[in-house]
Amino acid sequence: MKVKVVVTPKAAVLDPQGAAVRDAMQHLGMPEVQSVRIGKYLEIEVDDKAPNFDSRLSDLCRDLLSNPVIEDYEVVK
Amino acid sequence: MKFAVIQFPGSNCDQDCVAAVNGIPGLNAEYVWHKKTSLDGFDAIVLPGGFSYGDYLRCGAIARFSPIMASVVEEARKGTLVIGTCNGFQVLCEIGLLPGALVRNRGLHFVCDLITTRVEVGDSAFTHGCAQGSLLRLPIAHGEGCYFADDATLRELNENRQIILRYATPDAQITPSANPNGSIENIAGICNRQGNVFGLMPHPDRACEARLGSADGRKIFESMMRTIAEQRQQAA
Repeated sequence: MKVKVVVTPKAAVLDPQGAAVRDAMQHLGMPEVQSVRIGKYLEIEVDDKAPNFDSRLSDLCRDLLSNPVIEDYEVVK
Repeated sequence: MKFAVIQFPGSNCDQDCVAAVNGIPGLNAEYVWHKKTSLDGFDAIVLPGGFSYGDYLRCGAIARFSPIMASVVEEARKGTLVIGTCNGFQVLCEIGLLPGALVRNRGLHFVCDLITTRVEVGDSAFTHGCAQGSLLRLPIAHGEGCYFADDATLRELNENRQIILRYATPDAQITPSANPNGSIENIAGICNRQGNVFGLMPHPDRACEARLGSADGRKIFESMMRTIAEQRQQAA
């Protein structure tokens, strides 16, 4: 199956890329855009019947796929 | 005294680090490939700058899982001096030997410049050859050097005198205009609580000869040499 992991910067962390895209969107005819946050999206092809799949995946989301100091993650199945 | 310079795939300041260390009489540097698992016999460890693993995912995120890193952590716990410059600093944060993280520069640009830092702690293992408040001219070259830590961590760093270097103006003022990357509180370099692990975005390794624009980086390696000599004396 395909597992999707979405990693986003925490609210307290400066996201200059998001700010630049927000400005561009405002300039390009969408003045109503208030903020943009840019994260990462991972598609992982995997056999989810493997033992302890969920806990092993969340361990690696925490240790490798995201940095908990600056990012949050969400697993979408 | 023997310094280990760790080579990750994508390191590109490993040679600068070896040249800088070997340029100081009494110090001797050796490359250690990241797949090695032992750091026996080394007095200090250098994590060089570069783009380990292409900076994929996050800077330093994959390098921290290299086999050698278990030994780096073990040596750090024993009190061995560990210095990480630029990408090395990012690796030290990723593996949790230093608090906080390094994120994309505020201005989005890769910055490559010779900048001024102010020594905030004059008696650390890495800066006791410098007076507190003195200035070091050091090169920077990074895209993700904006230091971030939450409020509680920042308070601890200040209270425990772990902020070793801040970006400053040439007249030693800490101002937003002196901050090249948006780092919180102009932080350029920090150490761990124990004081034996130091990470900084500037490159002391590229500033060890006057003809390179500055020789101030030598003070950091010379301070490390003095610290190791003192450690040996105490152990004897």
